[in-house]
Amino acid sequence: MGEDFVLELPKLDYAALAPMLILFGAACLGVLIEAFVPRAARNAVQLVLGLLALIGALVAVVLRAPHVTDANAQTAARALSIDQAGLFLQGSILVLAIVSLLLFGERTLENGGPFVAQAAITVGSELDRNQAAKQPGATEVYPLALFAVGGMMLFVTANDLLVMFVALEVFSLPLYLLCALARRKRLLSQEAALKYFLLGAYASAFFLFGLALVYGYAGAVDFRSIHASINNSPNDIILLIAGLAMLSIGLLFKAAAAPFHVWTPDVYQGAPTPITAFMAACTKVAAFGALARVLYVGFDGLGWEFTPVLGVIAVLTMLIGAILAVTQTDLKRLLAYSSIANAGYLLVGVLGGGKEGLSSMLFYLVAYGFLVIAAFAMLTLVRDADGEATHLARWAGLGKRSPLFAGVFTFLLLAFAGIPLTSGFVAKFAVFGAGIAGNQTWLVLFGVLSSIILAFPYLRVVVMMWLSEPGETTPSVSIPGALTSTALMIGVLVTLVLGVWPTPLIDLTTNVSNFIR
Amino acid sequence: MKYLSLLTLVPLVGALTVAFVPRSKPELAKRLALIWSIVVLAVGVGAWVAYKPNGPRLQLLESYTWIPQWGAKFSFAVDGIALVMIALIVLLVPLVILASWHDAEKSKRSVPAYFALLLALEGTMIGTFTSADVLLFYLFFEVMLVPMYFIIGSFGTDVPAKQRQYAAVKFFLYSLVGGLLMLAAVIGMWVYGGHTFDWQTLTNVEFTTTVQRWLFLGFFVAFAIKAPFFPFHTWLPDAGGAAPAGAAALLVGVMDKVGTFGILRYCLPLFPEASRWFAPWAIGLSLVGIIYAALVAIGQKDLKRLVSYTSIAHFGFIGVGIFAFTYQAGSGAVLYMVNHGLATGLLFLVVGMFVARRGSTLVTDFGGAGKLLPVLAGVFFIAGMASLALPGLAPFVSEFLVLIGTFTVNKPVAVIATVGIILAAAYVLWMIQRTTQGNTNPVLHDLAPMKRDLSLREGIVVAPLIVLLIVLGFYPKPVLDVINPAVEYTLSDVVTPERADPAPATPTVEAGK
Repeated sequence: MGEDFVLELPKLDYAALAPMLILFGAACLGVLIEAFVPRAARNAVQLVLGLLALIGALVAVVLRAPHVTDANAQTAARALSIDQAGLFLQGSILVLAIVSLLLFGERTLENGGPFVAQAAITVGSELDRNQAAKQPGATEVYPLALFAVGGMMLFVTANDLLVMFVALEVFSLPLYLLCALARRKRLLSQEAALKYFLLGAYASAFFLFGLALVYGYAGAVDFRSIHASINNSPNDIILLIAGLAMLSIGLLFKAAAAPFHVWTPDVYQGAPTPITAFMAACTKVAAFGALARVLYVGFDGLGWEFTPVLGVIAVLTMLIGAILAVTQTDLKRLLAYSSIANAGYLLVGVLGGGKEGLSSMLFYLVAYGFLVIAAFAMLTLVRDADGEATHLARWAGLGKRSPLFAGVFTFLLLAFAGIPLTSGFVAKFAVFGAGIAGNQTWLVLFGVLSSIILAFPYLRVVVMMWLSEPGETTPSVSIPGALTSTALMIGVLVTLVLGVWPTPLIDLTTNVSNFIR
Repeated sequence: MKYLSLLTLVPLVGALTVAFVPRSKPELAKRLALIWSIVVLAVGVGAWVAYKPNGPRLQLLESYTWIPQWGAKFSFAVDGIALVMIALIVLLVPLVILASWHDAEKSKRSVPAYFALLLALEGTMIGTFTSADVLLFYLFFEVMLVPMYFIIGSFGTDVPAKQRQYAAVKFFLYSLVGGLLMLAAVIGMWVYGGHTFDWQTLTNVEFTTTVQRWLFLGFFVAFAIKAPFFPFHTWLPDAGGAAPAGAAALLVGVMDKVGTFGILRYCLPLFPEASRWFAPWAIGLSLVGIIYAALVAIGQKDLKRLVSYTSIAHFGFIGVGIFAFTYQAGSGAVLYMVNHGLATGLLFLVVGMFVARRGSTLVTDFGGAGKLLPVLAGVFFIAGMASLALPGLAPFVSEFLVLIGTFTVNKPVAVIATVGIILAAAYVLWMIQRTTQGNTNPVLHDLAPMKRDLSLREGIVVAPLIVLLIVLGFYPKPVLDVINPAVEYTLSDVVTPERADPAPATPTVEAGK
């Protein structure tokens, strides 16, 4: 490089960046609202702003979609690749975030909403009891969630490991905070946040270290250069492989794959349930979107030699998730382990490779996202004086008291179990089909085995609700407010429609499953 | 007329309407359910008339788009085997609804829900027989579990709550294990078979030997659990013992036939080589099942469990008939599927009538009941005789066909299977003797219900079954005419030339005439 090197500003394609800009802008505006709008009005204002921002971003994504070509997909000096697949991932994150945000805003189930007013107050003190009972919850959750969503959207379109790392931090930090904001069971919530933060920091460190090693091999951090350097670099290939391994650890941590899954049950249990729903749906999309981009775009040149290793991780994830789910007695933890197992099924699709693998993964992410949001929304409804009653034994005989609620939850559980006529079946079929087509039959066999094991805990909940007699401690089911009802209805309807008529979404995922390098 | 889609949809729509009847109006729900089931029966009769016994293999075809990207369609078609099974379902369900008239009240649960579940079960069961698309079949095969699970778990009042929960979960898990293995096989078949689920297209696909064997195994284990064959049978006595008698009649009489039907429709034509390779094993399992289940049945104290075990023995006969790979044995096996549905259905319903009166399912709680309830005991006797295949009653014809069909190719198997007939006589006669004959159990005199003999409602339930058992015992031709061409088609890929034998009493008319 000469001394007269001129740093040229990269050209930014604002149409492509619009969705993210809208979100980050709205998030900043949300921070200002915290300062200037009276407390009583904040929840409504923030909720409306958040929804508008998300819907606006979604509109921008949808408007952008037909105009994306191979030529104009990449912008900001190729640091971002907002291609068809990227737009689909962004759209999925936005749609799922909109549904989750409805749960954030619910105030009729609990006085003041699901969040605590001030997280820093010592747990158990007089002040703390006072705020748990009376004070309206923090409304900072909305801008935090918007920052997180913006980060996720950047994460899935990053075409450069450095940008990806920045995006990872941008969406992770708000999530750590959000986890600590549960109104009830404050200690569990704080523990969850701290655990998530510490382990997440480790994972980020791994990612960063992997990034450094890959740079050492390829001399660049963007995927195109990495791809070009494979087998052409004078450096030792070990650097690249070790780098990929460490990058994968960072990404698999976010995806909750074994053996990097240990945070999941604690965090899912401790976090406020709307946040859990948000994380289970949106973080999964972001993590798998980025993982797929790294594998398909950056490291495709390795000839998928990493498949056996990731295959072992997929098998571990499916089996550990399923087996540990059997032993759970808390519904939030049960769903957490089920989400781990589902990460394993997703990996089967990813490892199937090719267009089919990618499209099956995209389908699964959407189907699972709606399903899991609906399931967690149901959990917010079963409550007693101490908040949500998530212990399995407390659900005995709910079917007799609230048949509609139990019926809907049974339907969701059948969807989790992959019974036909639900989105769960179609999604599972898609990933397993991609697995066999990609010569990964062994993964599919383990997937089937894991599904068999995992059916048992789901069935136990069904038995609890319908076949057991109601006990004295069986809580009643609260009538959901309009926001939770809407979120639930969307989740259940999508689960049903995707089970009966998946054609449009399959069409879409097949058409978009193409990353641009 | 779109008979097949109507047959599948009408019961499901009926289930929906019955489900929305308020709990406070149980009578309305029952009547509505009965009317729906009779409508289905009428459509079934229409389908039977429209079907041409000597026509092409699959008839009454319908096809609608579903998931074009995957090559999956809502396509319906029946062959003779499916048609007779559908006839059995549409006949049994109204009778079961009549027979279960007061069953749901005992459970203190919603009566409309019970009848809605029965109709949903009917629709999904018919769906497994009408679908001509493998994915559609799989869908019904799995969804079928859900109504049955709730029927057993919520309405089986003959056993304590813990036991029926156990039975319901065991039933669901066993079936789901089979179902998921089949899912793996379905996916594998889809990938290797050129991304289509169309059954007819898939019959023309040549799978390699290894692939074929694995796929066969995936399907076969699912069907063997469903049927059930030894050693996958342990869920059936629990489920049959816990389910209300009417539902048990459907469970054993029809739902289990999906297993044997699946073998005939999917395993044999799609994987002929693998079928031949695995046939000795399947026959072995069937034989063990015949002898073992019969011996266990002799030792049962619980009437409903006893009848469940007799069914396992009978399924052994069906298994032998299928895997003997002769046209006679094959026709016998399919005819057996029908006759067994009639005979065991009747037996379960009559046992249910006894149990409802006595309030107990234990054999030892009866004794001499025949003196108090002579007509009901008589019906019980006929049902028992049908079950042990007395000549003159329908099951005899089918058992005989299976045995002679097997004898021509494999004498030892036929001889061992014959032992099963002797054992059948033992368990049936002992059961009848210990419940209805001998000295009357003094407790029975004090029970008011034990003095009420067969009511008009119960008479209407058993009469058609008894008539059919006798008529088909003497003149099975109408059913055989439908079955034979289908069996010939089905076995044509697996029958080796030296085994080819003329099917019994098949009029030779060219296809499509």
